Parts: sequence; C-alpha cells; structure tokens
Amino acid sequence: MKKLLVYLREYTLECIVSPLFKMLEAGFDLCVPLVVAAVIDVGIAGNDRSYILWMCLVLVVLGLVGLACSLVAQWYAAKAAVGFAAKVRHALFEHILSLSYTQQDNQGTATLITRMTSDINQLQNGVNMALRLMLRSPFVVFGAMVMAFTIDWQAALIFVVVIPLLCLVIFGIMALSMPLQKQVQGGLDQVLGITRENLTGVRVIRAFNRQGPEGERFRGANQALDRLQQFTGKISGATNPLTFVIINLGIVAILYTGGIRVNTGSLTQGQVVALVNYMNQILVELVKMANTIVLEVKAMASAARVQAALELPVGQETRLVGKTGDSSHPVAVEFQEVSARYQGAGADSLSEISFQALRGQTIGVIGGTGCGKTTLVNLIPRFYDASRGRVLVDGVDVKDYDLQDLRRRVGVVPQKAVLFRGTIRENLLWGNENATDDQLWQALEIAQAAQVVRDKPGGLEEEVEQGGRNFSGGQRQRLTIARALVRRPEILILDDSASALDFATDAALRKALRSLPDRPTVFIVSQRAASLRFAGQILVLDDGAVVGHGTHDQLLESCPVYKEIYDSQFKLPGEEGRKNA
Amino acid sequence: MPKEKLSRDTQKETLRKVLDRVLVYKLPLLLSLILAALVVAGSLYLPILTGQGVDCILGPGQVDFSTLLGILVRMGVTILITALAQWFMNRCNNLITYHVSRDLRNQAMDKIQVLPLSYLDTHSVGSILSRVIADVDQLADGLLLGFTQLFSGVLTILGTLLFMFRVNGLITLLVVCLTPLSLVVASFIAKRTYHLFLEQSRVRGRQTALIDEMIGGQKVVQAFGREAAALEEFDQVNETLRDCSGKATFFSSLTNPCTRFVNNMVYAAVCVAGALLVISGKITVGSLSALLSYANQYTKPFNEISGVVTELQNALACGARVLEIIEAPAQVPDAPDAATLVPDGRVGMDHVSFSYTPDRPLIQDYCLQVKPGQRVALVGPTGCGKTTVINLLMRFYDVDKGAVTVAGEDIRNVTRESLRASYGMVLQETWLKRGSIRENLTMGKPDATQEEIIAAAKASHAHSFIQRLPQGYDTIIGEDGGSLSQGQKQLLCIARVMLCLPPMLILDEATSSIDTRTEIKIQQAFATMMKGRTSFIVAHRLSTIRQADVILVMKDGQIIEQGNHESLLAQNGFYAKLYNSQFEE
Repeated sequence: MKKLLVYLREYTLECIVSPLFKMLEAGFDLCVPLVVAAVIDVGIAGNDRSYILWMCLVLVVLGLVGLACSLVAQWYAAKAAVGFAAKVRHALFEHILSLSYTQQDNQGTATLITRMTSDINQLQNGVNMALRLMLRSPFVVFGAMVMAFTIDWQAALIFVVVIPLLCLVIFGIMALSMPLQKQVQGGLDQVLGITRENLTGVRVIRAFNRQGPEGERFRGANQALDRLQQFTGKISGATNPLTFVIINLGIVAILYTGGIRVNTGSLTQGQVVALVNYMNQILVELVKMANTIVLEVKAMASAARVQAALELPVGQETRLVGKTGDSSHPVAVEFQEVSARYQGAGADSLSEISFQALRGQTIGVIGGTGCGKTTLVNLIPRFYDASRGRVLVDGVDVKDYDLQDLRRRVGVVPQKAVLFRGTIRENLLWGNENATDDQLWQALEIAQAAQVVRDKPGGLEEEVEQGGRNFSGGQRQRLTIARALVRRPEILILDDSASALDFATDAALRKALRSLPDRPTVFIVSQRAASLRFAGQILVLDDGAVVGHGTHDQLLESCPVYKEIYDSQFKLPGEEGRKNA
Repeated sequence: MPKEKLSRDTQKETLRKVLDRVLVYKLPLLLSLILAALVVAGSLYLPILTGQGVDCILGPGQVDFSTLLGILVRMGVTILITALAQWFMNRCNNLITYHVSRDLRNQAMDKIQVLPLSYLDTHSVGSILSRVIADVDQLADGLLLGFTQLFSGVLTILGTLLFMFRVNGLITLLVVCLTPLSLVVASFIAKRTYHLFLEQSRVRGRQTALIDEMIGGQKVVQAFGREAAALEEFDQVNETLRDCSGKATFFSSLTNPCTRFVNNMVYAAVCVAGALLVISGKITVGSLSALLSYANQYTKPFNEISGVVTELQNALACGARVLEIIEAPAQVPDAPDAATLVPDGRVGMDHVSFSYTPDRPLIQDYCLQVKPGQRVALVGPTGCGKTTVINLLMRFYDVDKGAVTVAGEDIRNVTRESLRASYGMVLQETWLKRGSIRENLTMGKPDATQEEIIAAAKASHAHSFIQRLPQGYDTIIGEDGGSLSQGQKQLLCIARVMLCLPPMLILDEATSSIDTRTEIKIQQAFATMMKGRTSFIVAHRLSTIRQADVILVMKDGQIIEQGNHESLLAQNGFYAKLYNSQFEE
C-alpha cells in the first residue's frame, strides 16, 4: 500500500481538504441538537418567539454551510480518487508491458488483467470512500460524546458505556461473519463448479448416462450452500436487533439520569432532548463506519495485489546501447551449447544444443509435445534467456543487442494466432508501419491469405474483432504469417503456424516461402513430418536434446525417433493383423 | 450499470412466476409480514414514549418520577419485543430467500440435464453460469429485500403520519408537503447522473477490452516492439476514463449531502413550528421531541422506497433471465413405448437430412450402411463438420428428415440411455470431472471392481502413470484434469471407455499436442478397443484412414465423397488432392 501512495502525492491538497471539509460538515451537524436545546430551554421557557425564529435561521444557515462543505469535500475526494486510479493504471500497464515472457508465464495473463481492472477499480472506490468517511464517522461518534460531556458529564458517562458496547457488537459480529462469508463463497464456488462441469462435459455425461448422479451431486452441494447461508444469516442478522436494544436502552438510561439531574436543577429539559438526539446520531454513523471498514479492507487487499504486480521484476536485462549484427554474416543463427530452463522448473527444457543456420536456409524443428521446440525458437528473438551457452544472431550474442533492434530482424508467427482489434491493414502494419499496399498484398499472397482478404467486403479495411474472432483459425494463422512477412524479416520463425491449415494450403505456403525475394532464414516448427521433408536441415528434438540432425533422407536412415514419427504418420502399424481380420 | 429493461407484460409475467415460487413458503412469508408490522409499530412507539418521558422532566423539583418509571418500563418492554421481532423477521426472510434460490437452482439444473444440445451449443457456458449463479442470487436478494423494504417502508410512512396527526395536524401537513422535496432532489440527481454512469461504463468497457487484448496478446506486442504504441493507445482511453469517471463519481456523490440538506430544512421547519405551538400551549415539549425524531425518521423510508423500485426492476430482469433457462423447451422425451436397444453392430443412415440452421443445409438425403465390425473414418479439413456425424449418431441432435438406425431400428424408437450405452466415445476435448481417478474411470460402470478397473487401465496403457500418482487410483484431479498432461487425460478417457467396452465406438484422434510415445500408446489402445467393434473414427492420421473400411470425406459440413482409400484415390477428387498434397514438393 505504502508504495502506491506515491501516486497520491500529486493530490496531497485534495487529500487534506476533502476530509477536513467533511469534518467541518459533521461539526455543523453536531451543533443542531444544541440549537434545539436552546430553543426549548430559552425560547419556549421564556416564551420568546423571535428567539425561536432566530434559532431557526441558525439551523438553516448550519444546513447551508454544511452542504457547501460537503460539496467541496466530495469534489476533491472524487478528483483525488479518480486521478490516483488513472495514474496507478498507467504505471501498472506500462510495467506489465515491460515484463519478460518468463514473468508473464509465471503470473498468468488472467491475473494481470484482474489487477489492471477490478483491483484498481476497487482501489479507486476505497480511496474515495476513505477520504469521505474514514474521518467523518469517528468524528461524529466521538464528537457526540464530547458534546454530551459539555452538557453534563454524569449523563455523558452513559455514552462512555454505550459506544464501546455498540462497537463490540458491530465489529464483533463483523469479525464473526467474515470467515463465514468466505465459507459461503466457497459453497457458491462448489455449486458453480458442478454447474460448469455439467455444461462443459455435457456430451460425456450424456454419453455415459450420468445425468442422474450428477443432478444428485448438484442438489447436495446446493443444499449445503443453503444451510451455510442460513447459519451465516442467523449471526449477521443479530446486528440490527442488538444495536437497536443498546441504543434505546441508552435512551432509557438518559431519561432516568436526566430525571434525577433535572430534579436537582443541574440539567434542563432541553438538554435532555439534546442528549437523546446525540444518542440517535451515533448509531447511523457507526453503521456507516462498519460498512466503510469492510470496503477499505477489500481495497487494501486490492492495493496489496496491485503493488505486488508493480513490484514484479521485469525479469530480463537489456543493453541500452547494444551491438549491431552484420546482416550479411553467412551464419544467420548459431547456437553454441545452449541450455535453457524455465524458472522454477526442475530440469532443463533444452540441453546442450549446438547448430548453425546458414543465411537463407530452411531449418525444420520436429519432436513431440514438450520436447522443447518452441523453447528453441523463442531463444532467437530473446523471448527467453538461455541458462547456459550462447545464441548468436548475425554473429552477435543476442544478449548484446538492443532488444528492439534484435526483434526487428526477426519475424515471428506464434503458435496461437493472435490478431488485434482494428482493420486488417492495421494488423498487418504491425510488421512495418511504413509498408505500402503493394507490400501488404505481396505478403498476403505468400501467406496464402490474399483470397481471404479479397473475399471480405471491406478488403484491407475489413474490421477485425477482438482476438480476431470473426476469422476462422486457419484464416487467422495465414494473416499472422502475412503480418510477420510484412516486416521482411531476416529470420522468419513459424512456430507450428500451419497446424490449422489443410495439407494443400500448407504445401502452397511452403512453396511460396521458398520464392521470397530476400531469401530469409526460415525456422519451421512442426509435428508433421510432411511439412519439413524438404528443409535444408532438420533438428529432431526429444526431451530437450537433439537426437537427430540432418536432411530428411539422412534422418530416416540414422534417427530412430524421426523414423518413429514419420512412420506413425505415413505407415500402417500392424498392417498384417488388420487386413486379415 | 444499466440493465436491459423488460416490457411491462414480461415484468408482470415474471413477477407472477417468481411469486409462485416464493408462495411455496407461505407460513414464513406471513410470519415475516406480521413481524415487520410489529417492528414498525415498535420503532414508531418508542419516540412517543421518549416524548412522554421528557414531559415528566419539566424542571427542578418538577419531575414526576412515578409516571417516568412506568414509561421507562414500558419502553424496556417495547424495545425487547421489537428487537426479538426484528431478529425473527430476519430469520424468516433468510429462510425464504435462500430456499427460493436453492429451488431455482435445482430447477435450472434439472432443466440443464434435459436441454437439447442445440441449446447448450448455442449458449456460452459463461452466460448460463451467470444465470444459475449470479442472477439467482440477485433475484432472491433483490426481490425479498425489495418487498420487505417496500412493505415496512409503506407501513412506516403510514404509521408516522398517523402518530404525527394525533399529535398535531398542522405540523403533519408541513412534513407531508416538504419531504417529497428530498425525493425530487434525489431523482433529479439520479436522472442527471444516469448518462454519466452510462458513459463511464462504456469507456471502462473499452478500456477493459483494450487491456484484455494487449495483455492477452502481449507476447505478440513485444515480438513486434509495439509496447510504446500500446501504451499510447491505453493512455488516451485512460484519460477519457479519468474525466468521465470523475464526473460520474462527483455528481452521484451529491445525492447524500443534498437530501441531507433538504431533511435539515424540514427539521428546522418542524422545530420552529413545533416550538411556536408549544408556546401557544397546543403541544408539550415531549411531543415536540417526538415530532422531531419522526421528522428525521420520516424521510428514510422514502429514500429506501425510491431505491426499491430500481432494485425490483433489476431483480425481475435477473428473474426473467433465470426463467428463460428453466422454461426453455426440453429435448423431445423418449417415446413412451421406446424399446431398449440391443445393438448388433449395424449402423445406418437412411436418407438423412440435417442442418443446424434451416438457411444453411448441411447433410441432404444421405445414405450409409455400416456392417458389424466395420471401421468408418471421417476425414476432412478442420472445422468441416466431422462432429456433426457424432452428434447424429449419439442423438445429441435429431435429424430433420430420414432416420439414423442401429441394428435396423430407428434410434428415435429406442431409449436414449440404451442407445448411448451402446457407444463408447473418446473425444479429442478430453473432459474429466473433478474427483478421483477412480470416479472418472467408473463413469460408465459405477459398480466396477478394483480388478476390472486395473485391467481396463492396463489395457489402455494408463495403469503405469496412474500408479505413479501420489494416491494412485484415489488421486483427486482438479477441474478438467488439472495437472495431468493432454496425453494422460486422453489415456484416462480411453480407459473410461475400456472399462465398459460397448459394442460400438466413436473415437476422435488427437491432432497435436501429444508426444510421440504417448501417441503410439493411444493408437495401440484404440486398436485393442476396435477389434470386432463397429467404429467411427475422426481421423487425422493417414495410417488410420488407409485402414478404414469406409472413408467419409467431409468439407464445409457436407459429406462429399465416400469409399475406401483405393477407390477414393481412383476418383481423383478432393480426397486425392488432400492425400497428394502431403507429398508435394
């Protein structure tokens, strides 16, 4: 929380003025019972009509000044809270954008998005209410007690008993019911979980005729939730009756003490009425205070989460002034005994990889899931850092580059085809902001996406919805390939980017890539042996290690893992058993 | 947040249906109403007693102790009764609220179990979930809170007026004329701030979408070095949000001070008028104090009631959404004379026509005869509608024309249960439920013995990895398989079918994301299962395809070619093109 206060510094004035004016308003409120007492004791007792009218005017003025103070306070509170939230949001967004891939993997996208949205909203609300109520409510409660003391210290002792009692009840029940609320939330999550399972697994459940037992399970969880809610309700429902009893017994006590004190002449009738009024004011403010505290506890939790997100280390050092590689170096990419290990992982996901990719060559990378294919290509644009060994691009270690310079040389088509909201053109221009229409169309042709765009009524100006969901998986893949091509990269990485394409389109794409005028070095990651057959060299990975390296024909001879993969896709296992059956 | 408004008729209709469900709990409801009346009476009676008490305390030597003590005792009793009534009323309300939500959820779940797949496929899981969970909560909460507040609010107002009138007519008139002012002020502010809130939630939505997109696709943002551009775009929205959020926050926070001000003015007016009346001897000081506390109390129910209306509307909107599920038409029930299917391995499609939407015909007048033990491969590009065939075979969807037959019998003439029990299904989206491995494996055969389970797991090559799990077969797996790998999940799904081993199979080969070794195990397990069983396989692997007796080639949802590998190659059509493209340079 403390570190976030930096973002409030610009609003120091607002943060002082707002609560101050709130307190002023409360102060005026506290004067009202005194005025009423004066009306009774002076005006009525002395039959003084003009005094009563004057006091009425005082009440009106008190109300007006109170309103003015309150407006000032609300204005500054809103300004500070909203400004603060905007600043935190900016800072957090900027920070998140700078996080390395490793950090993103560790944190998870969903968490980061929640921090950015609901947590900061909660925080904004918390600041707003804190400025408005955190001082006002206690001020009114203790102010009422102090006022009672100025009237009569013996009667005021009743306040000394009542206020702690009320606090005990309100905060005690709150403390009791909060963990119960959590349990209720847990019960609700159970019900939600079962419902979700029944929706996502509906085909399986029906295929196995499990509707009956699943329904029973749901009823059980639902019944448990109901019982828990009743129990929690019983406890939190005690607040109102209990506070009602305490306050009104307090009033009874005031009347009784008042009777004795008035009888001896040390108190007046009007003052007794004022004491009763103060008693009534306390309850409202204490309830408000309790609600504010609940809100602030939530806001504090959000604040802690936001701060934790802000304090995440970026996770990668970069050179401010980097070296620059020679784009005509004959070896475009070189791995020198490279090992990589994900943070917190027990074993290397890549171990001791060495190879050279010549300029203009096509390099295939094949292997099963989790064998390290993606890790390998991600090291080239330095999305991750190698834990040992060196990765060289154009003869220079990637760690010595300015990151932006390095990544400009590389065009990446990630496994998951992500497009952004905007037009097709805007998406393609991500590759190179200065690309001409001709260049865009050329990239689209090569990526086999030109027809996709031509079929759209808007052509290049066709709107892309969030996440590109108005395009099919295959269309998105082709567009992301085009986006990478627009950049005219020296190195093009296709990370399983043709998985949603049928074989024919896949083949056409590979053919077109080979005809590219500037002959980039191409890395193709795939599970399909067919996609890599004609690559200049193929790296076969198994469990993070290179178990085969060569051309298709060489590997079929020398590499059992490659042969296994190839056979599983092209040959018939147990041909004899089946045909005769 | 602005919610959709319902038309008056639907509102009434929804209200009636919801009330039906509340009226199940007549006794607590009646009790709650009586207790509410008691609470209102008690809290209105207390200021009067207080006033009477004040009147006993006139001045030095003028205190009437015996009357005062009597009044104080009466106050004590009133306080106790009111508090008890309050507590029991709360219990009744909780009982009704939570029972009604429980009932609604049970009804919703019962309906979900019999909804046609076409409903579930066209409604997102999220939207159904939010109806069953959040909307039910809001409905029960809002409705009951709304009703009790409305009821006790109206009672309070009427009671206050009655009591005040008995004290003094003039002042009552004053209060009645002035208090609506605070309502006017409140609704004036609410109307003015409504569009500010709309604007705020619009901008906030835009920002959330941007955040979602940029952080979701952050790796791409970084790969293309677009961080600065993203931040710039973000800042624009952020500034807009700050402005409109500031306005909305400020203007909405005006309500409290403004209504408080109006109340203060009413208070001042009552004070003056009352004091003047006391001087002219019309009322006592005690009555003045009672009037003053009434003046304070009187505006509260008004403010509450004005909030109640929107709350009720909101609750009804939620109710309408919940009822939409509960009242959605269920699937066609099994025919009353539906027989139990005795499968013999024959499956047929007899002039079948089917489409998801009438304007996009998919399968038309299609015929197919599968002999016992044959393998049928479904082949085609991704998204070509291979699952449609599964949907029809399992009767997740009904055909529009013609019939799907099993053992020569139209599947609409047999019970769904027996039809589905005849098929073993392994889909590519491996779905596992939260629970132990054992629970998952025995889904198709709840009474399986340990030996049978292990045998099935061994046959599907799942036994070895299950044994390595911390609690073996009793290991609890999280929602959707939790920490298991994709391949392991698939093996469990196979073992699940292996345990009950029905006479016919529907299998879906995984496209990717499984390592080679597991893949081979899965294929072996498939092969074991398929021996002698009629099988439908969504096939991606050439080897599987070439082994099939019948290949159905699908494109854009339609079956365009049919035959075996050789005959299809000879046709030199779409299949041949697909096949040859694998070997093209």
